[in-house]
Amino acid sequence: MNILVCISKTPETTAKISFSSDNSTFNTDGVQYIMNPYDEWYALVRAIELKEKHGGKVIAINVGTADNDIIIRKALAIGADEAVRINGEASSSYFVAKQIAEYAKSNAIDITFLGKETINYNGSEVGAMVSELLDQPYISYASSMEFDGTSATINRDIEGGVEVIQVSKPFVISAAKGLAEQRIPNMKGIMMAKRKPLNVVEPVACDDKVTISEYSLPPGKTEVKMIDPDNMDELVRLLHEESKVI
Amino acid sequence: MGVLIFAEATKGNYKKNALEAVYYGSKIANQIGGETVVFTIGDGANAGQFGSYGADKIWFNSNENSSDTQVVSSLIAQAAEKAGATYVVLANTAMGKAIAGRLAIKLDASLVSGVNALPSGNTIQKQVFSGKANATFELKGDKHVITVMGNTLQPEATGNDGIPEEISLSAPEPRIKVLDTKTVEGTVPLPEAELVVSAGRGMKGPENWGIIDELAELIGATTACSRPVADTGWRPHHEHVGQTGIAIRPNLYFAIGISGAIQHLAGVNNSKVIVVINKDPEAPFFKAADYGVLGDLFDVVPKLIESFKKFKAS
Ligand SMILES: Cc1cc2nc3c(=O)[nH]c(=O)nc-3n(C[C@H](O)[C@H](O)[C@H](O)COP(=O)(O)OP(=O)(O)OC[C@H]3O[C@@H](n4cnc5c(N)ncnc54)[C@H](O)[C@@H]3O)c2cc1C
Ligand SMILES: Nc1ncnc2c1ncn2[C@@H]1O[C@H](COP(=O)(O)O)[C@@H](O)[C@H]1O
Repeated sequence: MNILVCISKTPETTAKISFSSDNSTFNTDGVQYIMNPYDEWYALVRAIELKEKHGGKVIAINVGTADNDIIIRKALAIGADEAVRINGEASSSYFVAKQIAEYAKSNAIDITFLGKETINYNGSEVGAMVSELLDQPYISYASSMEFDGTSATINRDIEGGVEVIQVSKPFVISAAKGLAEQRIPNMKGIMMAKRKPLNVVEPVACDDKVTISEYSLPPGKTEVKMIDPDNMDELVRLLHEESKVI
Repeated sequence: MGVLIFAEATKGNYKKNALEAVYYGSKIANQIGGETVVFTIGDGANAGQFGSYGADKIWFNSNENSSDTQVVSSLIAQAAEKAGATYVVLANTAMGKAIAGRLAIKLDASLVSGVNALPSGNTIQKQVFSGKANATFELKGDKHVITVMGNTLQPEATGNDGIPEEISLSAPEPRIKVLDTKTVEGTVPLPEAELVVSAGRGMKGPENWGIIDELAELIGATTACSRPVADTGWRPHHEHVGQTGIAIRPNLYFAIGISGAIQHLAGVNNSKVIVVINKDPEAPFFKAADYGVLGDLFDVVPKLIESFKKFKAS
């Protein structure tokens, strides 16, 4: 069984967000990058568990430039068998989805895992696009998954609840919290990762349908108004009369 | 030219996010001088109301497989073609996002998910970096799919109800089977809640949540919590808000015994009004708050409950 796991990189969660002086690009100076938590903690680990039980191999795929190799090596250290980097700037979700779908088509992939969303652009766009390009079912926001080798029973998060569904491979699944338990790479994994293949493939041509033209920071909060803890009547009054939310 | 809005039905009913999407879509239709067409799956029985939120036409198609994104996106794409839609608008729900990407490919359209303002010419704004910044996206081509965040525009009912009309469409064979649906009954789900009472590790233990539940019930709010509280099993996981939990934007957010770590703020800093109750004057949450109460929550919350009771009685 061939399992593909899409991994992306994202600024570390406490990174300070700033932009170039004309606000046209994200300022990467001093920003630390990590593997997107949904990809690392849930999608990748569940994929490895499936392989451990049913055999086959786990391939980690990333669309990006050579500075992503360090994140891809981490996926190998956690337990992916091989990796592929599609050598192009991840300029839009459409570009990324197109590259992943091309690779999946020509490599007989049974299950494609993604994270629920990247925490930088919070799009949740790539998974649905990949599944459409592959003409496969898409199960988003999966929080648990049982698999018997052919068909899967999956709990997926929906608005205000959970839906339990059944689907047969091939399919595309996006991982939410709960799908697996985070694994920390050990020394052996890190050593082995150095010898595992990381193939670099050139992207297929594809025009972006959106571009980011400008960034801005949200308007700052006004100064906090402190309320005397012994006067909660005043807080209720302000919520009612001043901010009109009650 | 026109705008097609997909109104997501839950057991034949529509939530606020569907009304918001319709109202938002009708504003785009005004901008571009086109028709507002609402499309929904089901019997259309409750869909007439969209007329008063700006719909010129309301179409429905009864198909039972409304959880299969292949089926749903195929139906919406056909409706969009029939309406000659320039924009297709969906609510930024779990289902909306799962369909939007498929639709964009089917229609060969651009896609921007989670927008928080109306388009301006060929640009549109959305939040990025978990709400820490906004980005303006330039849309290329002549068709666009967008999912709109909750609370982007406050929907106003103006005109009259419309008359839903059944349209016949062809659907592909479903490939997923729904075995069960479990919904949290009683309270408003977090993503739709207008009022949220949230508590963190300052509560000391799950046995102390009585005051939080009481406050929430009193004002009709939904409860939420910080991540460590969900991780240690003090509260259920669906209450966890923040960067790795649910992102919300209610009108009012009470943060009780929560320090205000950046990952927590990422999920709640779009709340209209934030009230922070914390005993540490250095708690970072005060910087993001509109109103702050410096004190022991075990002291302050019961007093707040009393004040709300008085307010409700008056
Ligand atoms: C990758 C990553 C993702 C994360 N994602 C999330 C996320 O999505 N959501 C999230 O919430 N966290 C997230 N976190 C964790 C986050 O960094 C914080 O650790 C967490 O939010 C802290 O929770 P807390 O405020 O409840 O607890 P604490 O930080 O322990 O704060 C407790 C607060 O209660 C106050 N307090 C204590 N006793 C009282 C009292 N009697 N009266 C009044 N106040 C009192 C204290 O002054 C303190 O401010 C993430 C972390 C990482 C690394
Ligand atoms: N550049 C990329 N390379 C590989 N996978 C990606 C990339 N960007 C996004 N993904 C995958 O798509 C998921 C959803 O991303 P997004 O649509 O950007 O929210 C991520 O969790 C990853 O699994």
